Amino acid sequence: MPFKRYVEIGRIALVNYGKDYGKLVVIVDVIDQNRALVDAPDMVRGQINFKRLTLTDIKIDIKRVPNKKTLIAALEAADVKNKWESSSWGRKLIVQKKRASLNDFDRFKIMLAKIKKAGVVRQELAKLKKETTA
Amino acid sequence: MAPQQRKPHVCRNPDLIRGVGKYSRSKMYHKRGLWAIKAKNGGAFPKHEKQTVAAAPTEKPPKFYPADDVKKPLVNKRKARPTKLRASITPGTVLIILAGRFKGKRVVFLKQLTSGLLLVTGPFKINGVPLRRVNQSYVIATSTKVDISGVNVEKFDDKYFGKKVEKKKKKGEGEFFEAEKAEKNTLPQDKKDDQKSVDAALIQSIEAVPDLKSYLGARFSLKAGMKPHELVF
Repeated sequence: MPFKRYVEIGRIALVNYGKDYGKLVVIVDVIDQNRALVDAPDMVRGQINFKRLTLTDIKIDIKRVPNKKTLIAALEAADVKNKWESSSWGRKLIVQKKRASLNDFDRFKIMLAKIKKAGVVRQELAKLKKETTA
Repeated sequence: MAPQQRKPHVCRNPDLIRGVGKYSRSKMYHKRGLWAIKAKNGGAFPKHEKQTVAAAPTEKPPKFYPADDVKKPLVNKRKARPTKLRASITPGTVLIILAGRFKGKRVVFLKQLTSGLLLVTGPFKINGVPLRRVNQSYVIATSTKVDISGVNVEKFDDKYFGKKVEKKKKKGEGEFFEAEKAEKNTLPQDKKDDQKSVDAALIQSIEAVPDLKSYLGARFSLKAGMKPHELVF
């Protein structure tokens, strides 16, 4: 019931609305009750409303409003990219992106692979069924 | 020193605002070097001699004058061009046909004909679509490309696909009709040979890619949850 992810300096958040949709950003300062100053290696530091952010579990160790170089170094040190991409949330997003970018030919190949996999699973299941009934 | 290497000439009299040049008439006279041309010619501007125009043959007055003024049709300098081909359609692209007998079939694009229609083939052995013309508007271009370098499509044009003109036989109905119909229904052998020659090279390059043959043999259809405006083809 209590909150686990807090807005704090160094908290990594995912932008869920707006021009930077889908980006991982670091909260570097809190402006007021509604807005935070936010920064990422590939964007200009700027303000963003909390309603446009979703907090993640990842937090890095930085001082208030670090300069870009320090920020990038801190992100590297905490290995944010790999932590994110190996988390289940991060992996889901990667899969969603991949599915959205699939070609018509890719979709066909996936259909064939699914049918093949289902066939193998069904064979194993049939084998197991036979063993239990026998 | 080839003429193509010249830099594009900058305007001698740039606009300050529209309609007002930077330099006055006298300054421009000097800039254009008209004084030098005059000096070279001994004080006067060089003149060409008037070319004598050959006397036009005297026209006879017309026999008929229309009662009211006849309107001249407006000038039309438009040239007929084949329809602009979408950038996504290049020779060898796999297209999805959307309408007609072969709707849903995935087909290989060969070239655009002068009428603007696209020349397309199944290949016939794979999905039953022969060498055929198809309109660009009834086609989705996928991003899958097939190697088409071994195929020669020079000889195909719109005339190849036109309807054959038959000689009219007015005499003798009944028996004649049946005999004619039997001849018309079969494809001439040379068209079948054309199909085979085009497809031979194509099928080789198709079989080089795994699953491409069964892909071309399957029809496209929208399933549950597929949103066409979000699909990447």
